Amino acid sequence: MLETDVCIIGAGPVGLFAVFELGLLRLKAYVMDTLPVVGGQLAEIYPKKPIYDIPGYPSILAGDLIDRLMEQIAPFQPGFGLGQKVVGLEAVEGGRWKVQSENGEVVLAGAVVIAGGLGCFEPRKPDLPGLAALEGRGVTYMIRDPEVFRGRRVVLAGGGDSALDWTLQLAEIAGDLTLVHRNSSFRGAPESAARVQALADAGRLRLLTSTALVSLEANAAGNLSSVTVQTQGQPAWSLEADDLIPLYGLTPQLGPIADWGLALDASAIQVQTDNFQTSVPGIFAIGDINTYPGKLKLILSGFHEAALMAHGAYRHIHGGAKPSFKYTTVTGVSGL
Amino acid sequence: MQEVQITVIDASGTAQELAFPTGMGLSLMEALKSAGYPVEAVCGGMALCATCRVEWQEGTVSEPTDAELDMLDTLPDQQPTSRLGCQIRLESLTDGQAILRLNPSKKD
Repeated sequence: MLETDVCIIGAGPVGLFAVFELGLLRLKAYVMDTLPVVGGQLAEIYPKKPIYDIPGYPSILAGDLIDRLMEQIAPFQPGFGLGQKVVGLEAVEGGRWKVQSENGEVVLAGAVVIAGGLGCFEPRKPDLPGLAALEGRGVTYMIRDPEVFRGRRVVLAGGGDSALDWTLQLAEIAGDLTLVHRNSSFRGAPESAARVQALADAGRLRLLTSTALVSLEANAAGNLSSVTVQTQGQPAWSLEADDLIPLYGLTPQLGPIADWGLALDASAIQVQTDNFQTSVPGIFAIGDINTYPGKLKLILSGFHEAALMAHGAYRHIHGGAKPSFKYTTVTGVSGL
Repeated sequence: MQEVQITVIDASGTAQELAFPTGMGLSLMEALKSAGYPVEAVCGGMALCATCRVEWQEGTVSEPTDAELDMLDTLPDQQPTSRLGCQIRLESLTDGQAILRLNPSKKD
């Protein structure tokens, strides 16, 4: 088990800057994120978009801001648990917390800071009756190892780049492959779309455009056995399948955070504004995931929240003792 | 102050005609939120989450951008009428009126 002063959940700009503010108070941080890279939505969604309201930068690309923050926090040598979706949060003795990831990583921390932004990015699911019961029994949303589909009858659904890319890759592997897309054409990379069309023309896969998923059928063992589809203007029909892989992109969800007993207000965590502590002592929330009167979802507001949170976390960890307040211009930044 | 009249049909089918001011740069998503409709708008208006999606029924409005079309295209239950409220400026309602339906699905 890993031990740290503070466990930060979320490696977006605010979670990263929290490492700095905690470091100034000589608190060591461990940062966890569902995504395999740091930067949160700035890295995942808009790395090349300029941001205009970071003080001191008339304009900075989102990806560059993350690079600068990583440079700024480097002296404090934070630990990183990337690709680790936090699922469990449990109080242990001494006001400390046990944080557990889906993959089984366990971190013991004196305080927890939730800087989860929009929440976890989770696969967007089609609205089909009985879908949940077939998850893991033929329905998969992510392809980790394409080899598991070797020789199987696979139905992919979706029309974006990832649906096209996986279709091309699985064409070599699956025994029988179908791509179902609701629209008549693809908005993904034209080159990939053309290659998919060519494979379909050559009879290497079944391409069903203007086609919707209607229902799923299971066999006696409870595994997926067929997918019923309907092409516009034609009757629905059943397609035998071992696997259905819906690829409709990712959508942010609050995820397990909703189950931790924290006071929420419309999918945001309520905090007090003197230290950004949640309704549970020792758990703090900063950045887009929190709410309070006057809240603005701005990176710069998150930075401010990180500074006040650090002092609150220090008091929680040190039995109420007040940290001494120093300016970096006076003391400089000495690493941990 | 200039206004647009928007008839909003909510998930239960109840229609309500509302007036919103133009000239403040408001998006349809922001207007619906301010009127108390349960529009999540998780991403804050960047055409990234589609939680502000509406079904456009009537009224002339600006064409969707590539970013909006890309996001709509990822939705499993996209309709030809689907639009993202965050990408529609109230100023772009050239007739000054519209009818739209809020998306009945719980979460996109």
